[in-house]
Amino acid sequence: MTFVTEDVTEQQGYNLHVLQSKKFKTIHLTVKLKSPLNRENITERALLPFVLQQGTNKYPTSSLFRRALDDLFGATLSIDSAKKGNDHVMSFRMEIANQTYLSTEQNILEEALQFLSDVIYDSKMIKEAFDQTIVSREKQTLKQKINAVVDNKMSYANMRLIDKMCEGEAYSLHVHGYQEDLNRIDEKSLYTYYQQLLQEDQMDVYVLGDLENIDVNKLIPSYFNKKRNPKLIEIEHDQKEQSEPKEIIEEQAMQQGKLHLGYRTNITFRDDAYPALQIFNAIFGGFPSSKLFINVREKNSLAYYASSRFESHKGLLFVFSGIDPKDYAKAKGIIVEQMDAMVNGDFTEEQIEEAKKLVVNQWKETLDHPDGLVEILYHQVLAGAERSPDQFVKEINQVSKDNLLEVGQKIQLDTVYFLTAQGGNENA
Amino acid sequence: MHKQTYDQLKETVYTETLNNGLRVFLLPKPEMTKTFGIFTTDYGSIDQSFTPINQKEHVTVPDGIAHFLEHKLFEKEDRDVFQDFTKRGASANAFTSFTKTAYLFSSTTEVENNIETLLDFVQDPYFSDQSVEKEKGIIAQEIQMYDDQPDWRSFFGTLKSMYHHHPVQTDIAGTVASIQDITKEDLYTCYQTFYHPANMVISVAGNFDPDQMMELIRSNQQAKTFSPLEKIERSFPDEPDTVANSKEVLEMPVSISKCMVGIKENAQKIDESFMEKDLLADMLLEHFYSKSGPFYQELYEKNLIDDSFSFESSREKNFAFSIIGGNTENPDELAEALKEQLMSWNDIKITEEDFVRMKRKKTGELLRGMNSLENMANQFTHYQLLGFDYFNLLPTTEKLTLEAANTFLNNWVHEMNVSVFQIVPEKG
Repeated sequence: MTFVTEDVTEQQGYNLHVLQSKKFKTIHLTVKLKSPLNRENITERALLPFVLQQGTNKYPTSSLFRRALDDLFGATLSIDSAKKGNDHVMSFRMEIANQTYLSTEQNILEEALQFLSDVIYDSKMIKEAFDQTIVSREKQTLKQKINAVVDNKMSYANMRLIDKMCEGEAYSLHVHGYQEDLNRIDEKSLYTYYQQLLQEDQMDVYVLGDLENIDVNKLIPSYFNKKRNPKLIEIEHDQKEQSEPKEIIEEQAMQQGKLHLGYRTNITFRDDAYPALQIFNAIFGGFPSSKLFINVREKNSLAYYASSRFESHKGLLFVFSGIDPKDYAKAKGIIVEQMDAMVNGDFTEEQIEEAKKLVVNQWKETLDHPDGLVEILYHQVLAGAERSPDQFVKEINQVSKDNLLEVGQKIQLDTVYFLTAQGGNENA
Repeated sequence: MHKQTYDQLKETVYTETLNNGLRVFLLPKPEMTKTFGIFTTDYGSIDQSFTPINQKEHVTVPDGIAHFLEHKLFEKEDRDVFQDFTKRGASANAFTSFTKTAYLFSSTTEVENNIETLLDFVQDPYFSDQSVEKEKGIIAQEIQMYDDQPDWRSFFGTLKSMYHHHPVQTDIAGTVASIQDITKEDLYTCYQTFYHPANMVISVAGNFDPDQMMELIRSNQQAKTFSPLEKIERSFPDEPDTVANSKEVLEMPVSISKCMVGIKENAQKIDESFMEKDLLADMLLEHFYSKSGPFYQELYEKNLIDDSFSFESSREKNFAFSIIGGNTENPDELAEALKEQLMSWNDIKITEEDFVRMKRKKTGELLRGMNSLENMANQFTHYQLLGFDYFNLLPTTEKLTLEAANTFLNNWVHEMNVSVFQIVPEKG
């Protein structure tokens, strides 16, 4: 069975991915720009999505810009930046109604492509610079976003865990950038950097939807073929050798403690062991039937959530749980025990089969979501390794107990991080 | 089995009300990979006072009981039902809202077995003193997790400032103290009253054969016996149309202040204008306060809001409210600016041009919503419980008149139905 038909063609300086599907009532355009994570430009890359959504030369104010989208039958545009392994990826996403469902003569797809192309290539500028008012206003917005991370305890604890665990590694860079760097950024320097990004980042364009009767391979290049000179940089693995696991406890005014653990899996999407890591995580903490959920939540009532997930391109695995501050030692003990059980092969063939079904099911479900589908396919670009959706399912189904034991051999606890209530440390 | 087709949307819905009163809605989507099923009872956190089935005396149950019951239905004498789903690779979940409790699963294989499990576990309660006690620890952690989240606190804080007596102001999960009073007898009382098939709806969307699916549900229900259900007597306190407090401030350990403004409407009558008002409230908020809106721009340029700014509108059988706001460095200035804008609604006339754009935007949003099986089945259920057809939202939107929009707008806000709620950093 073929799950997705992905037609990839090389264009001038980028790859075009065409995904024909009758699942959706909308058409999705995604442009991804990728470059290695770098302290020198991470703040620029965090700021750009805000600035680029404030206007184009054709729609020079934010309200005109947004109104044009509304007029285009409620088209949506979003730009965001994310860390993927040691890469930074900026994604432009546009979603438009499929003309089939509307009674209009307007060519929505072409108008949307023009709009998206303008957002990327014809942003509002004044003489080789962005609009000064926009840049200073968006610096303010980004500053507030950087500061507000502390108000979401779960993501704050996750950020702190990575700070401590990956100190000195590119992966520890903050995706929202750094407040101190905002001072040196102005409309001119940001524009200069953006031009460089447009030249040098690796670019991939995805078009997804019911595209029958549309010659996408002809249409897209007329909006996106610009002279580019992408730098294909092979990312070096900067993973540190680590000795004893670190334990870090921090306090804040809060009620629930956040107990997060970071493991090194030493396995990424490119590795043959990657499918086995998926199954390993499924049994350990990926689903409500996993060891973490059963033992931390169901058997000991210590938490509402206790789960794990892995980073596919950096080779890390994280455990997340929210516990009463007084339960730190007990909860940590139970989590570490569950990992020991995994490493020692304390799971059944039945559990492995169940985990395979869960992983394949979850994965197939993701294919029913437009953004999820694009993200799944983009893994291959990120890893620079081919593993088609069909291939992936095949490999998952072949995972054996021995493969899981091999995963267990590679996994190491790196850091235990506990964010707790003030005075909660006394119980630790 | 009744079949209804919607030509413009290319959708078909099969419906039947079974002998025991259960309403069944099937939304086949053969191009999708998965199937999503959701079994919903017309019972939520606001249903605190009622006459239990086959009794005469009215009772009031502890806060948070509908949510507690939702947790406990998964646990049976010999097992946890989650595992029945996960063995087949399916994922299951549940949620409780003000007015509904819903149980759901999604899967790409063994759909029939999963539907049977869904129907059977919800219709076979098992509560013991011991398991009720155990759950209190888990739910206490869930409540504490939300207590640390400023967004959640500001949402309920705004509701508390709007409502004098109505239970919509009560946190859905209750409090750590209120859940201590819950007993297994309370759970049985609520269960027997509200989980009667005649008070419930099942919606299935995705990849299945509608004839087989209906037959499966029919025969599953025929094999069970239920006592006849008379109308459920629920009671709600008299709630004035005015807000309880025009302004409240909460100190919390946050990095940035929050300011929300609530607009309260009087208890809703379910009539022909309900769906129209539901759409209009949403469209008007979008018009003024989305990024394309004039009010958004004004607040943004004055540096009173950032990209956390949001709004929502909720309209149910016996309450309706809207909430607008977000992070701000000037909570008092934002409150004043918002109130002033809201008061201007009495005199503003929407133009024809703006109204066309509002409709276009809504059209795109509705189509987008139909990409997701979960959203479709959820929304379908939501509107069915209110007596409306989700697939009629698009034609209803098209038929909306400018006059209706202006009438609704001009009568929405008055001096006494607006309240302000702020979260400010603790004074150190």
